[in-house]
Amino acid sequence: MLHTKRWIPWLFVGPALILILFFLTYPTLMTIVRSFYGKGTQIFASTIDYVGLANWEFVFTSPAMLAALRNNALWTVFFTFCTVTFGLLLAVLLDRVRYEKVVKSIIFIPAAISMVGASVIWKFVYAYRPINLSQIGVINGLMVAFGREPVGWLIERPWINNLALIVVGIWIWTGFCMVIFSAAYKSIPRDLIEAARTDGANEWHIFWGIILPLMTTTIAVVATTMIVQVLKIFDIVFVMTNGAYDTEVIANRMYKEMFNFFNYGRASAIAVVLLLLITPIMIFNIRRFTRQEAR
Amino acid sequence: MSFKRQILRIPLHLIVLCFTAVWLVPTLGLLVTSFRSPENIFGSGWWTIFADLFNVDQYTFENYMQVIYKQGLGRSFCNSLIISVPATLISTFMGAMVAFGFAWMKFAGRKILFLLVIGLMVVPLQMTFIPILPIFRWLGLSGTFPGIWLAHTGYGLPLTTYLLYAFISRVPRELLESASIDGASPIKIFYGIVIPISVPALASVFIFQFLWVWNDFLVALIYLGATPKVVPVTLTLANLVTNRGQNWELLTAAAFVSMALPLVVFLSLQRHFVRGIIAGAIKG
Repeated sequence: MLHTKRWIPWLFVGPALILILFFLTYPTLMTIVRSFYGKGTQIFASTIDYVGLANWEFVFTSPAMLAALRNNALWTVFFTFCTVTFGLLLAVLLDRVRYEKVVKSIIFIPAAISMVGASVIWKFVYAYRPINLSQIGVINGLMVAFGREPVGWLIERPWINNLALIVVGIWIWTGFCMVIFSAAYKSIPRDLIEAARTDGANEWHIFWGIILPLMTTTIAVVATTMIVQVLKIFDIVFVMTNGAYDTEVIANRMYKEMFNFFNYGRASAIAVVLLLLITPIMIFNIRRFTRQEAR
Repeated sequence: MSFKRQILRIPLHLIVLCFTAVWLVPTLGLLVTSFRSPENIFGSGWWTIFADLFNVDQYTFENYMQVIYKQGLGRSFCNSLIISVPATLISTFMGAMVAFGFAWMKFAGRKILFLLVIGLMVVPLQMTFIPILPIFRWLGLSGTFPGIWLAHTGYGLPLTTYLLYAFISRVPRELLESASIDGASPIKIFYGIVIPISVPALASVFIFQFLWVWNDFLVALIYLGATPKVVPVTLTLANLVTNRGQNWELLTAAAFVSMALPLVVFLSLQRHFVRGIIAGAIKG
């Protein structure tokens, strides 16, 4: 620690803390309060009524929100499972091939482009035209080539279209997981793996017995990061379906309440749902950090 | 390697090949399509060009001319630059300042304030829009560049602070303390030692944050969405999807324009980008 005059530290942290308080802390508290007030776009004016739990009733009983909650659950399970599994699989497999670098770059590229861009890419992949016209989307092109009917991937509800959207998310985030797993994997001492090999353990046993146990912390960190990302999922749904055909998600519904229906009360309550879902992860992160600092 | 082992490795290569194909084909389809005329796009699948790949007559730049000049994407591209560069510079620099303060100085509430920053890192931005938007409107900041710079700085600070703290807190103690004993002020130590020594970390965080801001859609949608002449490429692209959803010649070209800069940054500075991500995820 440096010895300084008392006001010097505030010179360094003060301006940023003011911004953080203004952009994150203050609005978070205000949004929680606003979720108990009625329709309208005012934040605090005498013209809006206290409505008690009415917005919360909407959040947990209206068909629109129930669909969104269900879809977010679907997203969380499939997205998190696939990004983590594929990321781990690729990290381990690519370590064994000579063209590792090229493939890693290819898998990682979607992480560098916007989700809006990725959504356009996949909207085209899923493009659907009636059977009598030539297909322009690559998946329906394959379907027709194999003698099947083309499928409206973004229309068939509720499973196909939601999974089709989730695939886009997986395509974007797998590279991120892979890169982190790969770094953690390469830091495992090679002698450990070689020793197990000479003792006759096969690759399968090495993976489950040595690699996986040594990577549990990293897996937990990556999985929580994915959950944080997936709970807030917005861009993909907004651009590809805007929630049509039962593909609504929480964040997209919140946007609609705010900008289409001008119901700041409901929109606030929906935002608070996101916050509540993310709170356990927030606590997990803070705990992990305090433990690291203590070391 | 023995022949037998090579055979056993075939499934490995096949799995990797499948992944590579799934990750490459969608983007390839977009790229190819952006250079085809509307008649060709709707006449045959983009993959049919491989039958006649070197027939240059089938390619056109018309789509790019259209989106850049007529659909306002050129303007949005400049807006994206005007938004991203200052926003990223400010949040990286301020992040370094805060990280230095937290890592090397004692002050009341230091610990709790830092935990607050860590906690706020994952707060859904949706929690912030409703109270801030009216204030922004009242201050005349919505629909302006300074407004979005401020917003991206505020939202980005927890992460840039956290990433840079990991690095700056590990600067050798002797280096800073001996300078301090020699009478250098904290400000001098920050500019003279901490900043120069942190250049690699600053570069990683800058690239990471730059791509984040460039690719951002939500924050721009909320604070700039109502003012077409200042919106970034992501918004113009999304508007094209809404208004010209079946004009694939425009959508593909526009999507590629929006991706071009991130792709160049990513491919040329991949190592820094990856280092930023790993620092954030593993160490912290």
